[in-house]
Amino acid sequence: MLCQDCNKNEATRHFTQIVNNESVELHLCKSCAEKRGFHNPFKIPFPLAEFLTGMIKEKGGHTDKALESLKCPNCGLTFAQFSKIGRLGCGSCYTAFRTQMKDLLRKIHGSYEHHGKTPSTTLKDLKPLREERKLREELRQAIEKEDFEAAAKIRDKLKELLEPANR
Amino acid sequence: MFEDMINRSTVWLKGSGAEAEIVLSSRVRLARNISGVNFPPNASEEELEQVLSTAVDLFNAEKPNLRGKVVFVKDLSDVDRSFLVERHLVSPEFMQNFPGRGLYINKNENICVMINEEDHLRMQAISSGLAIEDAFDEANKLDELISGKIEFDFDSDFGYLTSCPTNVGTGLRASVLIHLPGLVLTRDIDNVISKITKLGLAVRGFYGEGTDISGNLFQISNQTTLGRSEEDIVESLQQVTDQLIEYENGARDRLYHDARDQLEDKIWRAYGVLLHARVLESDEVMNLLSAVRLGCGMGIIKDVSLTTINELLLLSQPAHLQKFLNKEMSAEDRDISRADLVRDKLSKAAK
Ligand SMILES: [Zn+2]
Ligand SMILES: [Zn+2]
Repeated sequence: MLCQDCNKNEATRHFTQIVNNESVELHLCKSCAEKRGFHNPFKIPFPLAEFLTGMIKEKGGHTDKALESLKCPNCGLTFAQFSKIGRLGCGSCYTAFRTQMKDLLRKIHGSYEHHGKTPSTTLKDLKPLREERKLREELRQAIEKEDFEAAAKIRDKLKELLEPANR
Repeated sequence: MFEDMINRSTVWLKGSGAEAEIVLSSRVRLARNISGVNFPPNASEEELEQVLSTAVDLFNAEKPNLRGKVVFVKDLSDVDRSFLVERHLVSPEFMQNFPGRGLYINKNENICVMINEEDHLRMQAISSGLAIEDAFDEANKLDELISGKIEFDFDSDFGYLTSCPTNVGTGLRASVLIHLPGLVLTRDIDNVISKITKLGLAVRGFYGEGTDISGNLFQISNQTTLGRSEEDIVESLQQVTDQLIEYENGARDRLYHDARDQLEDKIWRAYGVLLHARVLESDEVMNLLSAVRLGCGMGIIKDVSLTTINELLLLSQPAHLQKFLNKEMSAEDRDISRADLVRDKLSKAAK
């Protein structure tokens, strides 16, 4: 097999990336692989977002003039430009293209509603939360088995974990 | 620059932490943008410089807490840039010349922030071994500290707004770097990867053909950032990683029982080559170190510690090698120096 980049040398390096259940293969010669930075195992081969441009263009196959000329009043980015580069220009773009973004975000994330933290809420550390969950599960099992001695010990541990000083 | 960093192994290669035989590191990244300022790919040079100076002021003011410093990308030499990429502290794209780019690194090198990458701030926290929650808690602490001083771009529908819509919402990317030579050898890896991707996680990595042990390093990360809580995203990566570790251990057991001679032969041969070779290319070294790492994890090779192997994985990379030996070298010279370094470190470790 020939290298996909230079089409000259024999491909000796084979890479696979799987995104959204699609497997993308790359077959490269040694020097092209190095050019793409593949000598480094810690480098990520290609960004997720390359898939995005395709998704935006999918809409009906033909271009919608009204949609194309949609424009962010703050930074001036048009929807047509966005669908080419796959990057928004500023925070207001999300408002300007809100309907289209909902559609797109549902395709990418399966949702267009944020369920995470907000700038005005603080988030508790996850590690103690997980420990708490684990202990509660252990407690439930101990009680189920009527092992009250163990249950008492777990309760003490839980109490200690939930002390404000340890949070 | 970074002379102090070259002589210590970066935190995530320490070979410590839970499940360190299989999981090299856990990391969490939060993407944030400053409200009212265009995203970096669309910002003017003045805007980018303004973001950078805001960040510098902020990190300077927090110096007593954070104990780190900001370096400017434009001031870095080519070798220093590759050095940071090899260390996995920055993306290769980030090292290209672009106005207003800076990198904040704390003293322990477990927290770093890319300033003006695709988003104004990309805050990362890294832990050794399997410790996704630790990494998240660190990153979250930094996020809360900064969000008290800077107003982030946030939308009540879409969450934290990012330049690329694949990061919007939580802006959270959690990942583990995992070594799966057993699953590659038993050829179960494709199956396992397709299972993981069906669960909504992304797998990136590369591996050789057939039964060759190559780097065998994979990065597993969440694919979606919107519609789920941070806790949920971290938890599902944790669960999948636990499962992967179980699969990998199962594969190692099977290899040990069904093909012990072949397995040990592969591992000892790799070790032999590393101990005696005079010329080593960087990808060859990755393959061989992967085999020896497997041998260490399975207790077949007892002379060498995981820390030594992890250190060699890093030091044998081109920029690290040059910084470690403090000279610029051609590729051919590097192959010779790399072999010298590996021989030296391994024979010392074996004593
Ligand atoms: Zn090529
Ligand atoms: Zn805009």
